[in-house]
Amino acid sequence: MLPPGSETWPELWPGIREAVILSLRVALVATLASLPFGIATAWLLARRRFPGRAVLNGLVHLPLILPPVVTGYVLLVLFGRQGPLGAALDQLFGISLAFRWTGAALAAAIMAFPLMVRAIRLAFEAVDPRLEAAAATLGASGPRVFATVTLPLVAPGIVAGAILAFAKAMGEFGATITFVSNIPGETRTIPSAIYAFLQAPGGERAALALVLVSVVIALAALFASEWVGARVARRIRGAA
Amino acid sequence: MGRRAGGAAHPRRGVSLSVAIRRRQGDFTLDVAFDAPNGVTVLFGRSGAGKSTVVSAVAGLLRPDAGRIAVNGRRLFDTADATDVPVHRRRAGVVFQEPRLFPHLTVRDNLLYGRRAGRARGDGPLGEVTELLGIGGLLERRTAGLSGGEASRVAIGRALLSEPDFLLMDEPLAALDAARRAEILPYLERLRDGARMPILYVSHNLAEVARLATHLVVLEDGRVARAGEPETLLSDPELVRLFGLREAGAVLRARVEAHAEDGVSELSISGGTLFLPRIDAAPGTPLRVRILAQDVMLATERPRGISALNVLPVTVVALRYGGGPGVTAQLAAGDDRLLARVTRRSAAALGLSPGTRCYAVLKSVAVAPADIGGPGGDAAG
Repeated sequence: MLPPGSETWPELWPGIREAVILSLRVALVATLASLPFGIATAWLLARRRFPGRAVLNGLVHLPLILPPVVTGYVLLVLFGRQGPLGAALDQLFGISLAFRWTGAALAAAIMAFPLMVRAIRLAFEAVDPRLEAAAATLGASGPRVFATVTLPLVAPGIVAGAILAFAKAMGEFGATITFVSNIPGETRTIPSAIYAFLQAPGGERAALALVLVSVVIALAALFASEWVGARVARRIRGAA
Repeated sequence: MGRRAGGAAHPRRGVSLSVAIRRRQGDFTLDVAFDAPNGVTVLFGRSGAGKSTVVSAVAGLLRPDAGRIAVNGRRLFDTADATDVPVHRRRAGVVFQEPRLFPHLTVRDNLLYGRRAGRARGDGPLGEVTELLGIGGLLERRTAGLSGGEASRVAIGRALLSEPDFLLMDEPLAALDAARRAEILPYLERLRDGARMPILYVSHNLAEVARLATHLVVLEDGRVARAGEPETLLSDPELVRLFGLREAGAVLRARVEAHAEDGVSELSISGGTLFLPRIDAAPGTPLRVRILAQDVMLATERPRGISALNVLPVTVVALRYGGGPGVTAQLAAGDDRLLARVTRRSAAALGLSPGTRCYAVLKSVAVAPADIGGPGGDAAG
């Protein structure tokens, strides 16, 4: 909290609150919407050998290696109003991403995707395929084995991957600002707001407040992941 | 065990698992054909003989290049018309070398997994199976806290409760120490006598073979070397090289006759009477006794002044000379066959040849309950 009596406080407060709420919404939507794709991609990479597997692996990891600005620019080209995918989405579903908070969520999801897939893939690779074979001999079909054996055993990895992705989405800046700009109330997430506050004279206090909020949210996410992870692990490994 | 096994709908005889498969794996070719009737068919062989490959193929976890697998006339695999029933529809109860219990489920949920998976119907005999295996007290436990022996029994119970048509057991005791094996063998004997279905049991342990087998298939280098009654095969000197010199020994069917007051029990076999330290079984009980070839000494005259209680008059049937200094003698004692390991020098000194009458001095005899329904088990009908 800022010291009371600060003259800039009443003017800055709405902007801060707006950025925090928007960031939470963007990160949450980005994480939840990409989770099914993350699980599917992790499973494909961990369990299947198919032509193009290396290409898929590279594609997934690309946002981790490319400068975020490049990723943002590619998104802008593809999903902008005139972009091939952006125009199609707009015409078919009436979904517009350019300069909208949904676009910010897409950028955050793409940037967080490699981290999410990595965590979940490791969990898939740790599942003993002999347990799945045992389940099949007991009469469980492929999808049932997946739902009753594989998925429960992968759960800690999914939780870890989701929280990692959420934290990454909260902090995404470069791709977001390139793709959807920095529009207050629409695409100005916490990092964009901090950047904007630092550009204006007298904005340091507000920037500091947002930095503190960021730290609190990051720590909360970390503790939540530890807690959930420990609970899930205990349930799976069994309390001896 | 259960409706299937315990019900009168399935006659005890005539049900069987029939396997005839071929599979190449690099330099190794598996090419086997055998039938596993009701009871325990032990698939015996050294490591690398192809035992586990057979089990995997029958379970459906591995595809043979060619052949046919059928149980009770239901074809599970047949290259003639490209039949290949998927694993989950084969109704095989598989017990692997490791228990493979699901770590995220309790013991109860592990046991009931087959029912949840939709295969086992009705209210299966959970109580019956937990009682048979002595795991009733473990139901609410997590699998991580189980001992090796407990986990093995839960794995066996889980396979039984999935209401299988047949059981496949791939060295289920291999990962256990001697004490845990001894703990589980009685449960397997009860299972053998109660489950009216074919049980294919992989083992390379002759003590297990001697205790459990009602039928024996000996594999060597991917082929069936011999198949038949365990009593016949275990006393065949030609197979000693596969069983191993230290482990080779005959299995005989015996019956408890009486318990003397000095703590010695009398057992009758076709060739005479055995005297053993008190056996905890009522007179009339059929038993199996195992006599290792290296625990049998031969004498041309009835020895006197000797501490060994068990001396049987025998006739030499055959002698097998190996490459080493030893000779394996097959002996007839009544209708039974025994094996004895002696040195070439002793064989020459005693003038042993087929037809020689002599006396077998038994240094040690191991006893196990006989399977009910076998030739020695007329008490159980």
